[in-house]
This record gives sequence, structure tokens and C-alpha cells, in this order.
Amino acid sequence: MSRISSEPAQYPIRERLHWFELPRRDFLKLCGGGLLVCLSGSPLRAQEAGGHFGEHELPKEIGAWIHIGPDGAVTVFTGKVEVGQNIRTSLAQLVAEELRVGFNTITMVMGDTDLTPWDMGTFGSRSTPTMGPILRNMASAARQVLTETAAQRWNTDPSRLSAGDGRITNPATGESLGYGEITRGEKLTRTVSGDPPLTPAAEWKVAGTAVPKVNGRAFVTGKHRFPSDISRPGMLFGKIVRPAGFHGTLVSADTSQAEKMPGVQVVRDADLLGVVAPGSWTAEQAAGAVHAHWNVPPQISNAELFSYLPAHPENAGRDDSDAQGSLAAVEKTLAGSEVKLQQQYTIAYIAHAPLEPRAAVAEWNGNQLTVWTGTQRPFGVRDELAEAFRIPATQVRVIMPDMGSGYGGKHTGECAIEAARLAKAAGKPVKLIWTREEEFTWAYFRPAGLIRIRSGAERDGKLTAWEHLNYNSGPSGIDIPYDVSAKLVEFRPTQYPLRQGSYRGLAATANHFARESHIDELAHAVGMDPLQFRLRNLSNDRLRVVFQTAAERFGWGKSKPAAGVGYGIAGGTEKGGYVATCAEVEVDPAGKIRLRRIVQAWECGAIVNPDGLRNQVMGAAIQGLGGALFESIQFKDGRILNPHFAEYRVPRFSDMPEVEVILVNRKDLPSAGAGETGIVGVAPAISNAIYSATAKRLRDMPMAPGAMLGV
Amino acid sequence: MARFLLDVNGAKLPVEAPGDEPLLWVLRNRLDLMGTKYGCGEGQCGACTVFLDGQPARSCQVTVAAAAGSKIITIEGLDQNGVLTPVQQAFVDEGAFQCGYCTSGMILSATALLREHPRPTQQQIIDAMDGNVCRCGTYPRIVAAIRRASQRMATEGSSHVQD
Repeated sequence: MSRISSEPAQYPIRERLHWFELPRRDFLKLCGGGLLVCLSGSPLRAQEAGGHFGEHELPKEIGAWIHIGPDGAVTVFTGKVEVGQNIRTSLAQLVAEELRVGFNTITMVMGDTDLTPWDMGTFGSRSTPTMGPILRNMASAARQVLTETAAQRWNTDPSRLSAGDGRITNPATGESLGYGEITRGEKLTRTVSGDPPLTPAAEWKVAGTAVPKVNGRAFVTGKHRFPSDISRPGMLFGKIVRPAGFHGTLVSADTSQAEKMPGVQVVRDADLLGVVAPGSWTAEQAAGAVHAHWNVPPQISNAELFSYLPAHPENAGRDDSDAQGSLAAVEKTLAGSEVKLQQQYTIAYIAHAPLEPRAAVAEWNGNQLTVWTGTQRPFGVRDELAEAFRIPATQVRVIMPDMGSGYGGKHTGECAIEAARLAKAAGKPVKLIWTREEEFTWAYFRPAGLIRIRSGAERDGKLTAWEHLNYNSGPSGIDIPYDVSAKLVEFRPTQYPLRQGSYRGLAATANHFARESHIDELAHAVGMDPLQFRLRNLSNDRLRVVFQTAAERFGWGKSKPAAGVGYGIAGGTEKGGYVATCAEVEVDPAGKIRLRRIVQAWECGAIVNPDGLRNQVMGAAIQGLGGALFESIQFKDGRILNPHFAEYRVPRFSDMPEVEVILVNRKDLPSAGAGETGIVGVAPAISNAIYSATAKRLRDMPMAPGAMLGV
Repeated sequence: MARFLLDVNGAKLPVEAPGDEPLLWVLRNRLDLMGTKYGCGEGQCGACTVFLDGQPARSCQVTVAAAAGSKIITIEGLDQNGVLTPVQQAFVDEGAFQCGYCTSGMILSATALLREHPRPTQQQIIDAMDGNVCRCGTYPRIVAAIRRASQRMATEGSSHVQD
């Protein structure tokens, strides 16, 4: 399988991923009495090892553990984390379903490297399709163990017993035991393997329902503790003195003024320049009082970006192409096609801007390091810390309280490392919260990209040839879902000026913007309705269904109510999700654009929680409209020019269109993840609607910086 | 460092802090009221919204010296004896959050809006809430929660909002 079609789950990180073999810890000691179920030799290992993760050794025991205490309380241990995608709730639903217990008996322990099994990280829409089945398997196996234990107790055959509401019952005798009673408080450990029977989605009673977010009340009362809310006894507050630009080197630093401030300690440790203080305000002022001179090399600006990218291949002179298809076939078919098009599309760098910036509290106890931090990869951050301090990973514990979102932007541990370095120097626990400006500058960005497409079609609407070249933004979602005999799709890595990494949906947004805009152009070129043109060339049934569902609800084909109003449609599939988006825009004579309505149809197999799913798909569409219309990182000479919300515009209430989400529930299909792909249809649907309204084609994201069409 | 007596959620609390320290950091770091969030420190995102004498204010933009003498209400001061206010309850009922980091500020801003306009128009909601960012994009549900709370308050004839 080529890299293109393997749906990479995160942007490839250049550096080696580290893996430390850990001694197995005695979880029963921690849990007390009861039943602990572990899963081994899981067939899911093959899934986990799919794509380009195959190169990394996976742990001997993967997934999760389930513990059932003497009181019947169920504790589930998973390395996945909750970042707002509602996985804490939906995974618990799956466990409740297979274990046959009430939803409220379950406690999820997540993302704590000392308490949960190793996990690669929470990204790539993988928690539902990979962790979901692991937990279902374990819960089903636990139910089997409990049933067998009860059968032994009653000297009967397990097949005569039934499980429900946290109890095993013998219908013949009326005998009944709670799960906690079955273990009699003893410590039981069972390792199970194989594929225990799973409850089909059509029979789900807890899974598949709109269970509210488990700790919703804690959020509306301010009681939930996010990573930035963690406090430790004797804790100091840190602040980093940042270089004046990227790749800056310190020439000199006058720290005398800062050192005179009460309780302030200046920390200089190799490349790190920072301060710690008893209060965060004092720390901020002390950092500002450090007068540092930096040597920052000249660097390119966003004005030169799109000529720079194609001119600077990552490996000049080396053929590292991962092209899928044949250039010769495309050239030949194009030459014979009745309609030919060639266009170029660009996508600006954008920022994740999670409302909770990077935050960490680090505490050393001798050689043992504990860090509370917001990250999508607690085990990855643990390994980064271990490597940074040259200590075994067993001496590092990373705890990830449910955090203020990430969108792919919190894979790395730079803030955790900085906090730990400051804490080590200070000899006390240190909290470090990045400022908004730091988050906008020193995190990483969604890669900018340039995409060139050439296409051919017949006058009757048949797509004949397709060439799609993506420079830098990435391979995710690059392959065309339409039927075309001659194609070439290729991701061309380039050198790039800003630190870049994962983002919700990865490059699927860029690739769908280019492809679905171009398909629209091609439809107009052959004189066909854009929806009909798509369906004419689409044999993928799941994608057809979402297109038709969205179009029907939107009222596709209706006449436009007024001049300056336009309708657009776009869609695609990635990471097991299928999406189609319709957009209605209004452009006034001055060029001011207003997005009036979005209708989005979504299908990702069997729905685990329709309420949480609807929230994700709607949120993805709304987040997507920012990148579509106005989000753009401006940079020059190693500096970000708009590192504040006042200058970097994110979607707000006043940008809200009417949003309708239609969920297609396929109980006959495995559940796929839903956090990302809902974002991909928005930009091209808007672009196509703008064309419909104005006959102007916008091929650059963002399309309307300052709410005005850039035409 | 200076001494201040703050009136927070109905309690008189002594604190010692630099007079120019933002109220946000005093609440969070000196009074352990962590429900008020840092989002930008520039008054641009609304995550740190509190009430000062009944008016919504960005606590990152108010010094502790300026806040002393005002009645301060934070997210922790809304529910009474475990009973959520109509706005808090409406956020739960509508599932009007994802990561929940903006929720405190949203609830304070929405509470202030409903006190001024018990039956707000769409435009009044947008005008009152536009300074609060939800990066997860749950805006439509937040609007629905505000409408739900408005209806409930009209039915019950009480705003459940204190100064």
C-alpha cells in the first residue's frame, strides 16, 4: 500500500519516535481487590501497526485494562486523552454496553503514563476505531470471566447464565450476584486473548445513545481542573525569555534588573533563558526586564512563500516520489480529452490557537519527574522528557488532565520540558503557561501548501484525466474519490520556513479545497450541474449517499433568491468518515461576504454517541470556515506578525451561519473516528458558492481576509 | 506588594499582591479560584470574564487595585448550594461545550446579557457574546443554551442572578 492511501494519522514527525520497554507494574496493588482484565495477542495489533507506524515496535501489551472492584465499581485504564472530542464519554458507553453495567458505574482513567497502558497518542481519528474495539473486547472478556466464575460457584454451565445491570443471574434458580460480589474482594487477574463475541450495533442499548458529557457539570461550575489549573505546594511560576525570531542565537543578556525583583531567579541553562518567581505576574515582569540581544538570520516572508515552496524540494536531485498513478497515462489521456483545465491553489499557514495555551506543571522528587501538561501524546511527551534529561522513562510520569483542546496542535512536549528545566534549576515545582503570543509563535502550524491540478473531461461529463501535485502541505486526503482512468496524485515534500505539524484533518483540508474547487470548475466547463457532475463520476456508494443527503436537505437545485447569493457543494472521504457540505453565501456589491448557511451530511459507520458526534461535526465545520475565509499566519524574518487574537481572526459568534448537520447512521459498519474529516468540505463548498454568487473563482485560502473577497 | 480586601462571591478575602497584578492572576493564583481562565491576557477572548459590581469585565484587564472595593463574582459564585443557575443548567442541557475551556467566560457573558435583555434577539446575543471565543466552534449550541435559559427564566420569573 502506498503512503498516499494509508491515511497518515499525524504529520510525520522528523525526529525518531522513542520507545522504552517498561517493566510491567503491579496494577492490582494500586487497584486493591477485584478483577483486573488484560488483553493480549490482540488482533487489533495489526490495525495499530498499519500505515507508516509499522516501523515502530509496539508494546507487548497494548490497549487498556479494566478493573472491577469489590463494590462493583468499574475502572477503565486507557492512554487516550480527552481534549473536547467527548471520547471519555463515548468510550465509557462502549464498555458499559459490553460489560452490561450501568453507565454511571464506570470511571475512565486516561492519559496518565503511570496508571494507563502505553498509547501512541490521541490523533488521527483513531480512538473510536482502535481503542473502541479494544475496550469492547476487554469488556466482553471481563463479562465472560465473571460469568464463568459465577457458574463455578453455582456449579452450573456458564451458558445458562445471563449478565445485566452489573449482575450475573441464573434464570433457572433466581440466584444473582453483583460483579463485585463474584470476586469476593480477592485479587483476580485474567489475561484474555482472541475475539470474544461483541454486541452488534443494532442491539446497542447504552452505546449508540446521546449520553451527556460525563463531567459536564464540572465545566459549568468552573470546578474542572485543566492542565493550567494544576497547583502544587511551594510551586513557583516560570516565564521563558524568547528569541527575537526563529533560529535566533543569544548574543548577550543583561539580567541584573530582573534579578533585583523580589523572589525572582533567572535561569540560564544552555539554550534556555528564563525566570521563576513566586507569582506569575512577577515572573512576566521579570522576563520583560531581561534585556537580551539576539542574532536572527534573515528568513523568507509569507509574501514569497508560494514561489519558495515548489522551488525548494526537500531532497533536491533525489527521486523520493510517492506518486500514485502514471504521468504518461495522464499526458496521453489529457491530449485526447475534449475539455482540459489547469489551475493552481494555495493554502496559507494557520494556527491551532487552542483556547488553553500550552501549560505544564513540573515537579522533581530526587530523580523522579512528574509533569502535568496538556498534550495529545502523554507517552510521547514522557519520552521527550526522558530524552531531554537523560533519565529512564520509568522515572518520568506525565499526567494529562482533560485539556482545553488541541486540534492536532499539542503533540509535542516543549512546554513540559521548559517547565521541568526551570523546576530543576529552581529546586521547586514550577508552573509554566505559554502566553497567547507564545502559543501563536513557538508552537507549530498547519503546513502551508501549493497544489497544482490538471484535468480532462469529455463533453458528456465523464472525467478522463487527473493530476494533483501537492507541495508541502501533505498527503492526507490527496487521492481522488471519483472514477478516473488516468491519474497521477503526488505529495512533494519541500523545505519550509515555519515549524509545521499536525492539524485537525491534516492536509485533507488543503487537498479537498483544491480538488473539490477544481471539480466544480470542471463541471462548469462542461456545462453540468456540479452535483450531477460529481455523481456522474462517483461509484463510491457511501460518498454518494452523503452528497445526496446534504443536497436534499439543502434544497440543491433551487433557484437563487437574489443577485449576489450563491450555492456551493463539496465533499469527500478520509479516515473512514464521509462528508458532504453545502454552503450558501451572500456577497454584497462592495465584495463583503457573508456565509449564510451550511448543511453538512456525515457518515462514519455505527454512531456511538449521536449528540457528541453532532457536536464534533458541527464544530469542525465552524472551525473550518476560519481557515477558509480569513485565518492566515503572517510572518517575516523569523517573526510572526499577527500573534494575537486582535490580528489573527478566528471564527466568532458574528461569523456564524445557520448550521445543519445530518448524521447517517450505518449500524452495519464499524465505527470510524469523527473528530477531523468534518472540516474538509467547508472551504471548497464556500469557494464554489462564491463562484456561484459572483462568477469569481477564488483559489487561495483564506479566501476573504478582512471579510472582503480578495479579488 | 500591597494588601487588599477583596469581595469575592460574597466573601471578604484578604490578599497580598502587587497592585498592578491583573485580577485574573489574583483570583487564580492567590485565591485558588481556577474557574476563571487565561486565554489571551489581552481582553480579546473572554475566557477570563467575571462580574465587577454586576457588570461583565475581563479580569485580565483589571488590576487588583482597581477591583478592590467592587463586588466580584466568578463562575464559582453562580450556583447556590449546588443548584445551577438557569444559564449553567442550559449549557448542560444543550451540551454547549466541547473542551469546556471557554465555558466559564461564556456563562458569565450570557448571564450578563440575560439580565439586560431577558428575551434577547439574535443580534443582541451576537453583540453581547462576540468577544467570547470558542475555538471548538460550539457557537450554535451556546446560542441555543442562551435561548433555553431565557425561556426558563421567563417561566420561573426569576433570574437567579446575583450581583
